[in-house]
Amino acid sequence: MSPLLQGIVTVVVGVGGCVGYFFLSNLILDKVIFPTRAENPGKNINRANLVRPWLFLFPAMAALGLYLVYPVVGSFWRSLHNRSGDEFIGFGNYAVMFADDGFQTALFNNFLWVLVVPASATFFGLLVAQLTDRLKWGNIAKSLIFMPMAISFVGASLIWKFVYANNADIGLINAIRDVFGASDPLDVLQLRFWNNFFLMFILVWIQTGFAMVILSAALRGIPEETIEAAIIDGANPFQVFFKIKVPQIMGTIVVVWTTITILVLKVFDIVYTMTGGNFGTEILPSYMMSYMFRDDGRATAVAFVIMIIVLPVMIWNIRQARAEMR
Amino acid sequence: MDNIAGTKSSLSWAVQISVILLVVIWLVPTIGLLVSSFRDRDQISASGWWLSPFAVEQNFQAKIPAEEAKPDQGGFVIEGNIFGGADTEVIRFGGARSNPTIAAVGETAELTRDRTLTVQQNGDFTYFSPAEIKRDPSIYYSTATPPDFSLSNYRNILFSNNMDVAFINTLTVTIPATIIPILIAAFAAYALAWMDFAGRGFLIAMVVGLLVVPLQLALVPLLQFHNKIGIGQSFLGIWMAHTGFGLPLAIYLLRNYMVGLPRDIIESAKVDGATDFQVFTKIVLPLSFPALASFAIFQFLWTWNDLLVAKVFLPSNSESWVMTVKIADDLLGSRGGDWGILASAAFISIAVPLIVFFTMQRYLVRGLLAGSVK
Repeated sequence: MSPLLQGIVTVVVGVGGCVGYFFLSNLILDKVIFPTRAENPGKNINRANLVRPWLFLFPAMAALGLYLVYPVVGSFWRSLHNRSGDEFIGFGNYAVMFADDGFQTALFNNFLWVLVVPASATFFGLLVAQLTDRLKWGNIAKSLIFMPMAISFVGASLIWKFVYANNADIGLINAIRDVFGASDPLDVLQLRFWNNFFLMFILVWIQTGFAMVILSAALRGIPEETIEAAIIDGANPFQVFFKIKVPQIMGTIVVVWTTITILVLKVFDIVYTMTGGNFGTEILPSYMMSYMFRDDGRATAVAFVIMIIVLPVMIWNIRQARAEMR
Repeated sequence: MDNIAGTKSSLSWAVQISVILLVVIWLVPTIGLLVSSFRDRDQISASGWWLSPFAVEQNFQAKIPAEEAKPDQGGFVIEGNIFGGADTEVIRFGGARSNPTIAAVGETAELTRDRTLTVQQNGDFTYFSPAEIKRDPSIYYSTATPPDFSLSNYRNILFSNNMDVAFINTLTVTIPATIIPILIAAFAAYALAWMDFAGRGFLIAMVVGLLVVPLQLALVPLLQFHNKIGIGQSFLGIWMAHTGFGLPLAIYLLRNYMVGLPRDIIESAKVDGATDFQVFTKIVLPLSFPALASFAIFQFLWTWNDLLVAKVFLPSNSESWVMTVKIADDLLGSRGGDWGILASAAFISIAVPLIVFFTMQRYLVRGLLAGSVK
């Protein structure tokens, strides 16, 4: 069976199955288990309504439980075992890992990524949002800056591989250096330490549009009176921006920052495609992939370290959501 | 707000210029790749894509036959045309590999052993040697090749490199993995938004918490699970995985949207005797169309662009590669220097998301705002 046909069959079976499940389970609940036409319909309706939420929630909860909750436990348990998973070695994987130079580099680089990418993407996003606010062609500019959101990390890496190419006739960076009289082409991806920043810029390039869209909506939501009042009091545009606007959208800035931070902790495609983790550019997710299929104990241990780094963000998110619900 | 005193400042020009600058920085890399994807392989390495509208200077080598040498002026002379009459123009020429473009057209180049060479613009050459010519001499020359744009890179990558298979695989992964989670998430979101039951707050908090769980954690235990239940690495497995991973965002976005729907409509429908199932399918679902559309776009882009899940949950044989895996694992390794092929492959893989993005941008933005700013 061709994969496309197989996909169509899945859509039909999957969607049909889901609809069938929801429809039939509700029907059975209403007609068979707690029929409204029985001796005390009122009580039966109430009892049915106690069960119904769980009918609605069941497929989602089952999928979430299996694909996201169980792995947290499952990965931790697996990380306590050796390479092939048949021998319990306690925290042996973690001990070996923390002593490994590659892991230390990856941890340090990951730290740089988390520091630089969310900060720069939010900064550029805010800058573009503010600058395009009252431009006539602002929406076009926004669309163009938002566009990289649609491009895969692999596609984006290829696009930038081209810019960074080690040849003044292919790579823009080297072409510009050439104009300024640099003698030899430079492979920026092999410049130790600095190459990390060239990789990070790709993610900043992708994420700025996201930050811009959300921050520009937040800027529009600022009550005009506060800005007018500041201008009448003689504030210059910079003061209006930094002292009136930014404090009022601080909440949104934090949300954008956090969202991008989470993304940074998950992304491995860019490093994998651009350098394969060579030349000192390894980050934790790509370091993990280098052990995947080879040493599951090590791989899951790295994954668990990523989980622990994400944990504070997770707690912050949950508290934020609970505060909103009140 | 345009006419508030003081806002029309001298900064306006600076603003215009900085926005133009930012847009250019954001756009140029993609344009570079797009232009390159249409260029011939040799032209790409001979001149930058920003010079692509102009002719490219390329070097060639021609052998001239020694047996045509005629005795003349106390030596031997070979005359002829290096193009054999074709309509091309020589820019520079030379007689040695070490310095292939030493002389300009019309000049006489002094070669080793007192030999001389003259090449005219139309390719006519005169080769003089004081001694007998035994081996075929070489002439090196450069010509201006006109810009050459074609679809040959695309043809090449699609039909002889299996990119078409990868394209279909990507579609196969993406479509079910977009539709199925939406359906499941919509029911769950409705329950979390409009049904009253014990533990609702806890479940919402759990969904928010799960938004953050790194995918990396899921890979090893789930692959083992898939192997145990007999799915192994397969399309079925990747659909299930994408469904599971996409759910937290879907439930979160849809619940946030559904909570905002007017309470009156839902309550009056219930008073009129509608069941929750009817309220959901007849009222909430149609009203939630913008949120459903925006999540659909997100999930589509995310599954289309995914590399990690595909690498882990799909078999690693070339028939099951999706485009991202094909590019990252195959093309970058085997065609690393072939920029034309790489560029066209990248464009094939980003064409569909770009089309979806530009046609559905309104919904995407609305979804982002519904979910992130509260």
